[in-house]
Amino acid sequence: MSELKLTDVAKTYGPVKVLKDINLDIQTGELIVFVGPSGCGKSTLLRMIAGLEKISGGTLEIEGQVMNDVPPAQRGIAMVFQSYALYPHMTVRENMAFALKIAKVPAAEIDAAVKRAAQILQLEPFLDRLPKALSGGQRQRVAIGRAIVRDPKVYLFDEPLSNLDAALRVATRIEIARLKEAMPDSTMIYVTHDQVEAMTLASRIVVLANKGIAQVGTPLELYETPDNEFVAQFIGSPSMNLLPGKITQTGPQTTVQLDGGGVAVSTIPTQPEDQGRSVNVGIRPEDFVLTEDAPVFQGCVDFTEALGEVTLLYFAKEKDDASEAVIAKLPGIQRNLRGQTVSVAAAPEKVHLFSNGQSMRP
Amino acid sequence: MPGFLKEFFNRNGTGMGLTILLLVLFWTIGLIILPQLSMLDFSFRPNLPPPEIGGPKDVYTLENYQYLVYGPEGGSQDYNSVDLRVFFRTLIAAVCVTIFNLILCYPIAYYLGQSKGNHIRIFAMMLIIPYWINEILRAFALRIIFGETGVLNTIFVGLGIWDTPFDFIRNDIALYAGLGYAYILLMIFPIYNVIESLDHNQIEAARDLGAPWWRIHWRVVIPYAKPGISSGCTMVFMLSAGALAAPQILGGPSSLWFTQLIYQQFNDNNDWPQGAAYAIVLLVTCILFVLAMMRLFKVNMGDIGK
Ligand SMILES: Nc1ncnc2c1ncn2[C@@H]1O[C@H](COP(=O)(O)OP(=O)(O)OP(=O)(O)O)[C@@H](O)[C@H]1O
Ligand SMILES: [Mg+2]
Repeated sequence: MSELKLTDVAKTYGPVKVLKDINLDIQTGELIVFVGPSGCGKSTLLRMIAGLEKISGGTLEIEGQVMNDVPPAQRGIAMVFQSYALYPHMTVRENMAFALKIAKVPAAEIDAAVKRAAQILQLEPFLDRLPKALSGGQRQRVAIGRAIVRDPKVYLFDEPLSNLDAALRVATRIEIARLKEAMPDSTMIYVTHDQVEAMTLASRIVVLANKGIAQVGTPLELYETPDNEFVAQFIGSPSMNLLPGKITQTGPQTTVQLDGGGVAVSTIPTQPEDQGRSVNVGIRPEDFVLTEDAPVFQGCVDFTEALGEVTLLYFAKEKDDASEAVIAKLPGIQRNLRGQTVSVAAAPEKVHLFSNGQSMRP
Repeated sequence: MPGFLKEFFNRNGTGMGLTILLLVLFWTIGLIILPQLSMLDFSFRPNLPPPEIGGPKDVYTLENYQYLVYGPEGGSQDYNSVDLRVFFRTLIAAVCVTIFNLILCYPIAYYLGQSKGNHIRIFAMMLIIPYWINEILRAFALRIIFGETGVLNTIFVGLGIWDTPFDFIRNDIALYAGLGYAYILLMIFPIYNVIESLDHNQIEAARDLGAPWWRIHWRVVIPYAKPGISSGCTMVFMLSAGALAAPQILGGPSSLWFTQLIYQQFNDNNDWPQGAAYAIVLLVTCILFVLAMMRLFKVNMGDIGK
């Protein structure tokens, strides 16, 4: 069932358009992750769903009801803020009970709800402490607890882990995944900068860019079949290499003569009229393999980074233009490649083709 | 040497540390504590002509304090009702001015503290610049507004809203306006300082949690701003209870401020011990009152410094 539906949603601040044509249909029980470059409007979109920001155009429906002008507390949503936004003068218990108290829920029910949430989040020993006597991770759990006690239909998280250190972030990420599993009927929308969070948590990822949605799909769909160059480069790290070239052979398989001299073959089919078309060939660094014959790319290794399980090769740029250096990610430890000329190739099914920024995949 | 002193010297070096320390001691002891102690001493002595000072009659006595309560010895009344009434009226009026000031300044401070942008700077400047004008001029300017033939009366009588001029001065409205206006900044800035550091997400979270606007202020903003509010209220209360110029210029002829009585004792009656006793009573009462209020509202002394 459709839980939350955005139709042609737009946001303008005075004359500035921040978001436009946002269409999104979220099913009950999904965990949707919004990703995108800084300033692309992720928080704004989330806050519009929460009701903290006015919707400038289009409609927002929750369970089939238009919610554009419904106040935040009556939308059946609960938001978890990046800075936790706990009240420093209230104990953990009072913080968690705040919403229910305002809603005039009977004290016994409030107590039960707080206790249940505290149990789920392992906060029971801390209920009578003030937030300043808690660690960052515990505060984060209180912030989540404050949402849980309201039993909302939709949870909204705005970069909930970005204030935690790396180790705690991983632990809390896993906790959120567990929490989601424990509450299969609740829907979550989650904003993050962190690719790993997005890839591991999301049932679907929404990539926002250029005031709109660049692509929506499961993490692996975005990784394997990106719709456009932006998504291709945004998902995956280091980002996908884009090599310009011209199509020299069309058909069920396409051959591209690269401007850099190599030849790439892709399993993406093309029509005869595509012959000679200028395209960008996209290959992920991890899809490159060392080769002796018929290289896709050949270059001098400018720099290497050995991470143990993989080695990153940064190739020297041909010309000093703005284009990114080509990167290859090879498994294991590769010694003594720096300064050498190396040839790499990729399997045809791993080779993406983009024309005018859009994928040529049918 | 206590730890904090050692740390202080380590941080500033011995020479610099010693200089700072001496300056601070000179400031607190030489300029504040010693003069006040001598005032305290005055207040317990009889008012004697100079030749008799240090003579056999110069002994400690409570008569100056008794005078405030019981009036002149052998007077017609059991209590010094005139002075006592002025005393309590001053305290109550100072409380009223403080509350009025708080109600006026809290929204301004909240607005300044929570909105972003350059216009805030301009607003703050517009608040500060009038204070370049000295207190006397500001007080007389208010007289021009509130006087019998002043701006307000001219307008209202001219419009036919009132038949006869309203006496703002006799009704103390001018005085309250003057006192309120005099200390606006002392109320706004401590509150502004605290509210500026309030994470706006806390307000949004409260909205998200379903709190109406008044409840957001009551449960979130005001508890957070409590140190600023108490610091502002304390200053405004102390200063309005101790104000002299505004009551002198704007007060009605029949309503004296207690500071005016003190001034009269020092100046007109040339009775320094009596004036000192009155001043000490005012000071101690104000301090006790502030401490009681702080206890009532659960404010720590450390919060005042914020
Ligand atoms: N009140 C406002 N007035 C004008 N522009 C605004 C306002 N609030 C946000 N913006 C603009 O809207 C755009 C989107 O902001 P938003 O905070 O949603 O970005 P974001 O994707 O969450 O970024 P980040 O990843 O850095 O958190 C930004 O370019 C920002 O400058
Ligand atoms: Mg954001």
